[in-house]
Amino acid sequence: MAGAGGGNSDVQWCFSQVKGAIDDDVAEADIISTVEFNHSGELLATGDKGGRVVIFQQEPESKNQPQCRGEYNVYSTFQSHEPEFDYLKSLEIEEKINKIRWLPQKNAAQFLLSTNDKTIKLWKISERDKRPEGYNLKEEDGRYRDLNTVTTLRVPVFRPMDLMVEASPRRVFANAHTYHINSISVNSDCETYLSADDLRINLWNLEINDRSFNIVDIKPTNMEELTEVITAAEFHPNQCNTFVYSSSKGTIRLCDMRASALCDQHAKQFEEPEDPNNRSFFSEIISSISDVKFSHSGRYMMTRDYLSVKIWDLNMESRPVETYQVHEYLRSKLCSLYENDCIFDKFECCWNGNDSVVMTGSYNNFFRMFDRGYRQDVTLEASRENSKPRSVLKPRKVSTGGKRKKDEISVDSLDFNKKILHTAWHPLDNIIAVATTNNLYIFQEKLN
Amino acid sequence: MNATTAMEVNAEARRILAVSISKLYASRSQRGGLRLHRSLLLSMVMRSARDIYHSSREIEGPSGAQPTPEPMETSSSPGEQTVPEPQPEFQTSEEPESGDEGCDGDITEDKENMSPTKQSRKRRGKAAAAPDFLPSKRARLEPGEERYAAPSCRAGESLSALSLNLNRAISAF
Repeated sequence: MAGAGGGNSDVQWCFSQVKGAIDDDVAEADIISTVEFNHSGELLATGDKGGRVVIFQQEPESKNQPQCRGEYNVYSTFQSHEPEFDYLKSLEIEEKINKIRWLPQKNAAQFLLSTNDKTIKLWKISERDKRPEGYNLKEEDGRYRDLNTVTTLRVPVFRPMDLMVEASPRRVFANAHTYHINSISVNSDCETYLSADDLRINLWNLEINDRSFNIVDIKPTNMEELTEVITAAEFHPNQCNTFVYSSSKGTIRLCDMRASALCDQHAKQFEEPEDPNNRSFFSEIISSISDVKFSHSGRYMMTRDYLSVKIWDLNMESRPVETYQVHEYLRSKLCSLYENDCIFDKFECCWNGNDSVVMTGSYNNFFRMFDRGYRQDVTLEASRENSKPRSVLKPRKVSTGGKRKKDEISVDSLDFNKKILHTAWHPLDNIIAVATTNNLYIFQEKLN
Repeated sequence: MNATTAMEVNAEARRILAVSISKLYASRSQRGGLRLHRSLLLSMVMRSARDIYHSSREIEGPSGAQPTPEPMETSSSPGEQTVPEPQPEFQTSEEPESGDEGCDGDITEDKENMSPTKQSRKRRGKAAAAPDFLPSKRARLEPGEERYAAPSCRAGESLSALSLNLNRAISAF
C-alpha cells in the first residue's frame, strides 16, 4: 500500500519543495509555529517564533509540465508581532505567532488574522503593480521640485511597475486576554471571530478592535480549584452560532451562542470514558486535547491528544466514531517523554478537502495519514534525504516488537527533537504542507 | 502490593516528584511567563506522585513514620495494585477554603508539622521521613517577589504542604 489520500488508496505522495535553511543549527526565531492554507489554496502562510509571517503563492500551472501542480514561491514576508514587555507583571510577551487564520476573500486584497500570546492583528495583503508618475510638484524620487522650475501643468498617470506585495496592519486587537491565547477562529458570517486563551473565549467583530464580548469563562473563583483549561476552540464551518472548545481533561464542549450571552453552559459535551487499563501517572497529560478541527462538511470534528486522533460525530457525545493511534509505541515511554518534555508537545491535525483523510504529525519528522474510508494508514517522513524533485515518498514503519525488519526503525532510534507539530492540507487538491522544526515541506500527489 | 514493590513505586514516585519540581522551577524563568496549562499538568503529576508516595509508604510499614493525620485520598487499599485515582480537587480535606492567605496558611493546614512557620527553617535532623529530593535551603526571595511553589526546607516536610505551594503557584496567576 503506497499511500493514503482522497478516498483513493492508490495515492502516492511526492516531494515537491522544501523551504528554509539547510544547516542543522536551527535559529530559534526560525522555528515554524503555524501553517495555514487560504480558502482557495493559492496562498500558504507560515508563522514563526520570531514573530514573522511568510506567505507563499502557488504559481499557475504551466502548460509545459501538466504533471505538476504549480510551485509555491515567496509572495510576502513581514514582521507581524514584536516582543513586548508587560511592566505590570514583569513578564515578557513572546512574539511567537501561535495561529494564523485567513479570511475568505472578498476583493482583490487578502486578509489574515495572526496572533501571539496576547494580541491579535488583522493584516491586509495587497498587490501594487502600478504607480502614479508625472507629478507636478515632486520629482520621481519624491523630492520636491523647486517651484520656479514648474512651468507647465500635467495630470499624473498610472504606469506599470514591478509587482510589489504590501502587508499592512489594519486592526490590532489587544488587551483582552489575561492568559495565553491558543486559538483564533473566523466565523462563517465573516464578520466576527473568536479568540481563546487558557480560561476564556472572547468574541470580536472584525471592524471593532476596542471591544470584545466574553462568551466562555471557566476561571474558578478560587484559582486553587482549577482543574482544567481551554486548549483549543473553533467555530463551526457553516453554523455561525456554533463553536466548540476542547479542554486539558480531554472533553470537548459545543456551545450555541443563541442560548445565552455567556456560553458557560454547553449545549453538548463530548467525552470518552478513560480505559482503566491505561491508567498511569501521566494519564491526564496524554488525554489533554491539543487541537480540535471541524470537518469541512461540519458533520464531524477531529481531536488530537498525545497518542491518538479521534473523529467525533456531532450527534453523538458518548464516544468518538473513529479512533486512530498515531504512535501507540510511545505509551510505554511516557516517563522518559515526561522527563525530556516531549509529553507536553502540542500536535495539530487536519482534514483533506473532502474529509476522507486526516493527517497529523509525530516524531523523527514522521507524519501520519489515516484514510477513513479505506481504513488504511501510512507513515511518511519529511527529510532532506527524500528531497529529489518528484521522488515518491516511501512509507516508513516503526518496529515495536523485538524483531526489527529491514527498513524499519526502532522506537529507541527515533529522534524526539525532530517533531512535526504543524501540518496543513490544501482545501481542494492533494497538496500538503508539513513543517519540521525550521523547514516547510510541500508534498504533492503523484500525477501520471 | 508487597513491601518491595512498594519501595520501587516509592522510588519512582520520588523521582517523578523531583523531576516535576525542577520543571516547575525552570518554567519560572521561561520567556513569556508561566504557562497555566503546563503548570496545571505538572501539578497534577506531582499530586499523583505524592499520593502514590504516601500510599506506598503506608504499605512499607510504620518504620520511621511521621504522624500522618492526612487522610489517604486514594481509594486503593494496601492489597490493591492499582495506581490511585488522582483527586480532582487540589485541597486535602483538612484545608479550609483558602482565599488569598499568605504563607501562614501552613500553620493551620499542615498538621504534620507542629512548629510555626518561623521555626521551620531549621532542619529536623535525621528524620527518616525526610524526602531528600527537596532542596535543603529555602529559595531566597528577591524583594517584592511573590512566593511561588517554593518547597520548604523543613526536613520532615509533608508533601501536602508541597501541594499547597503548588496551589499557590496556580493562584498566583
